[in-house]
Amino acid sequence: MAAFGIATGGGNWFSALALGVTFLKCLLIPTYHSTDFEVHRNWLAITHSLPISQWYHEATSEWTLDYPPFFAWFEYALSHVAKYFDQEMLNVHNLNYSSSRTLLFQRFSVIFTDALFVYAVHECCKCIDGNKAGKELTEKPKFILSVLLLWNFGLLIVDHIHFQYNGFLFGLMLLSIARLFQKRHMEGAFLFAVLLHFKHIYLYVAPAYGIYLLRSYCFTANKPDGSIRWSSFSFLRLISLGLMVFLVSALSLGPFLALNQLPQVFSRLFPFKRGLCHAYWAPNFWALYNALDKVLSVIGLQLKLLDPNKIPKASMTSGLVQQFQHTVLPSVTPLVTLICTLVAILPSIFCLWFKPQGPKGFLRSLILCALSSFMFGWHVHEKAILLAVLPMSLLSVGKAGDASIFLILTTTGHYSLFPLLFTAPELPIKILLMLLFTIYSISSLKTLFRKEKPLFNWMETFYLLGLGPLEVFCEFVFPFTSRKLKYPFIPLFLTSVYCAVGITYAWFKLYVSVLTDPPVGKTKKQ
Amino acid sequence: MEKWYLMTAVVLIGLTVRWTVSLNSYSGAGKPPMFGDYEAQRHWQEITFNLPIKQWYFNSSDNNLQYWGLDYPPLTAYHSLLCAYVAQLINPDWIALHTSRGYESQAHKLFMRATVLIADLLIYIPAVVLYCCCLKEISTKKKIANVLCILLYPGLILIDYGHFQYNSVSLGFALWGVLGVSCNWDLLGSLAFCLAVNYKQMELYHSLPFFCFLLGKCFKKGLKGKGFVLFIKLACTVLASFVLCWLPFFTEREQTLQVLRRLFPVDRGLFEDKVANIWCSFSVFLKIKDILPHHIQILISCCFTFLSLLSACIKLTLQPSPRVFRFTLVSCALSFFLFSFQVHEKSILLVSLPVCLVLSEIPFMSTWFLLVSTFSMVPLLLKDELLMPSVVTTMAFFIACATSFSIFEKTSEEELHLKSFSISVRRYLPRFTFLPRIIQHLFLISVITMVLLTLMTVTLDPPQKLPDLFTVLVCSVSCLNFLFFLVYFNIIIMWDSKNGRNQKKIN
Repeated sequence: MAAFGIATGGGNWFSALALGVTFLKCLLIPTYHSTDFEVHRNWLAITHSLPISQWYHEATSEWTLDYPPFFAWFEYALSHVAKYFDQEMLNVHNLNYSSSRTLLFQRFSVIFTDALFVYAVHECCKCIDGNKAGKELTEKPKFILSVLLLWNFGLLIVDHIHFQYNGFLFGLMLLSIARLFQKRHMEGAFLFAVLLHFKHIYLYVAPAYGIYLLRSYCFTANKPDGSIRWSSFSFLRLISLGLMVFLVSALSLGPFLALNQLPQVFSRLFPFKRGLCHAYWAPNFWALYNALDKVLSVIGLQLKLLDPNKIPKASMTSGLVQQFQHTVLPSVTPLVTLICTLVAILPSIFCLWFKPQGPKGFLRSLILCALSSFMFGWHVHEKAILLAVLPMSLLSVGKAGDASIFLILTTTGHYSLFPLLFTAPELPIKILLMLLFTIYSISSLKTLFRKEKPLFNWMETFYLLGLGPLEVFCEFVFPFTSRKLKYPFIPLFLTSVYCAVGITYAWFKLYVSVLTDPPVGKTKKQ
Repeated sequence: MEKWYLMTAVVLIGLTVRWTVSLNSYSGAGKPPMFGDYEAQRHWQEITFNLPIKQWYFNSSDNNLQYWGLDYPPLTAYHSLLCAYVAQLINPDWIALHTSRGYESQAHKLFMRATVLIADLLIYIPAVVLYCCCLKEISTKKKIANVLCILLYPGLILIDYGHFQYNSVSLGFALWGVLGVSCNWDLLGSLAFCLAVNYKQMELYHSLPFFCFLLGKCFKKGLKGKGFVLFIKLACTVLASFVLCWLPFFTEREQTLQVLRRLFPVDRGLFEDKVANIWCSFSVFLKIKDILPHHIQILISCCFTFLSLLSACIKLTLQPSPRVFRFTLVSCALSFFLFSFQVHEKSILLVSLPVCLVLSEIPFMSTWFLLVSTFSMVPLLLKDELLMPSVVTTMAFFIACATSFSIFEKTSEEELHLKSFSISVRRYLPRFTFLPRIIQHLFLISVITMVLLTLMTVTLDPPQKLPDLFTVLVCSVSCLNFLFFLVYFNIIIMWDSKNGRNQKKIN
């Protein structure tokens, strides 16, 4: 009987949390799914029915394979299970095929691969110090962290409603971070190399990995003042790291090199033909830039400084077309965004090199890399905010200052995902889940840091509370007004700009805290 | 309360689960000509909105009683009318007389589901939260866990949000009633309970314990003094609330009689479809329904029901305490379910509600019962294509109970409330110490049979000669379980005071 109790999770809070969220995911199966569902079905079909040489050439569907080879192999492996569910979904020409069995298979594949994410969260929980542990289970940092990660609102709606496979990918990332915390550097580097070949969006955080491994792994010792001791450089470590990354890349890209298809693969992976912003502007710097342009053009028209005939028509319905044409401010090219991103990343990288603070410093630098690329990147998706939100959860339970930044970033970042789900049946789900996560995260972190100064000042509180009225206006008031037909983009525009303010603020605040923090790790490192 | 945020989180989880279940199919979806309970509720909106109140319960050219005629008490009708007014604002086609029959659309489904959620949010959920907050002798953490478990009870969620009914309204009112009389707000409690009965006549299953508990309270205060005053007050409250609900139907004698005839259709059989009670299970061996004349069937079922609940009710009248009251609610409702006339499989929810209330006192047995009660509705849920949400919510509920109450460590005689019973038996059978172990084994057997039967029902096709094989098996197995629970709860009630005294000695 006791064994039965343990097996069913009696008393074990972590498995109860993980099982609970898994059941919730199962309940989300009948919800709306986006075109990404068809994208992944198509990839299943491509990898299953075509030879490797065709994978990156096939273009029957508009959703061509544009993830790195490991992900293609992952789909290939899945397709061998899929054939027992429904053979028809594996036909390349069966566009937009979605039988109930296909739906079940695809949804369950996401739920099952999330097991890796659960394991990674379990490992991450071991890495944080439980010194502040209260008496109550619900006030322990480990408990709070596992809820923040396992029940993450963004991951739930992006993976299990919208449909994507971010769960296990973030699992790989968190696991690799956990390994670095556990001083198992080679393993961490290996996991990250594998991750890069699953989805190349993680290139955004690669600088942090590269510099950290070079500085803290290849150099084995520091001078007493914390600066670098050049003589401690270990060639062996550098070579073994390099070899491992090379082997992983060879395994992934080798076959395509042999087929002489590398240029084709890369042209699929990095399509620069898309616009600066996605149809719905991700809440970043460019959203503010576009908004400023819009405001200036409206003012210009009012003051008769601009000629109405010269203004491109598309700019009036911005948010609905892919290409946004600037009217007053100069247009932005991919090169400009690249330079901006690099400039934004550089300080954090310098910090990582000159002020090494161990794995915590690395984690901060990683988050800054992710956030900076989100802020200035070319054609950024709103979903990319998760790349900063999830690692930031690890920091949030450690320090009150980080908790405050985390809460602003997470709440606005999650709210900016709302336009992903625009169908009526999912409206209550997104609001309920968002409330659940937001109320829990804010209150639990407040309880955790109740002895320190309040987490928010009045301005931040006011800003976060403003999200409520914004949601009411965008989804409950505006659709019933007469302006809906004339300016259909207003809700998206408002959401995007409002959230951009919060995310920029969080980014700025995090940067300030990283740059001004005294190097606490200095004395410990010796 | 310091942990209000956890309570909010728990309520939000409950709401989320409810809404996600509601995305699934409902009873009779796309199945003309009769459709199902979903269409029944929509039809009632149509009838109450378009016809004058005098015609609601009467057969006419505009109101074909054979097609989902109104057969619930007036409060349900008023609720339908209220919903119909809202529907009228959104889309008048939904409730147009005659033409809206069998109306189905995504938007309409959304509207109907939303009405259930709103009713639940206004009546049932606050009652659950308040009830658990009023529980004494348990920590805040336990209270929150208790709310979570009650809100996750799959039976109610699946019937209300999957199959489609408004049980949370009647059960919610009943819960407000329990809350009222347990906290000594007797008048408010009886008012709430009258509303429950006037929403759904099946709430009468709970009426005897309410009556006995309140009567016992009056006796305790002395029938000549304060008790008599209380009695008069209670009688007036009950009368007044009934009169208010029935006012439009009291104008003519024929009106009242017709409503009553609709509410208690005695000419329908001893039981309907397949239900996990004695009569249905017994008819495997002997078709009582066909052999015995109608009035004898009624007589037999009445006698059995009366006998099975008599002892508990007497005990409650003599010793009115909230604890005994809760247990008597369980055993009376269970007696009604097992023995009374014309029982539906969904009526098991009326037993589940009071069982949810004793979840924190006897977690092991309550969880077990709640699992069985959900299992007993499996044939119905399968018919509505609710397999997936049923399995998931049941497992989630089980995990929630197992984690928050660590039920498997609470199987000693004391925690099963069987201490005093065992002591009395041991006077005659000194070696009677194996009861907890037997119960543990029974639990395992019961769970395994439930899992196996569910698997068989889902995967295997029944033999052609016995198309209802699995359904009957499910009903009989559940019925056996329920009989066991009936005995168990009666034992707890009968040996209660001794148990209490023993505990005092230990303390």
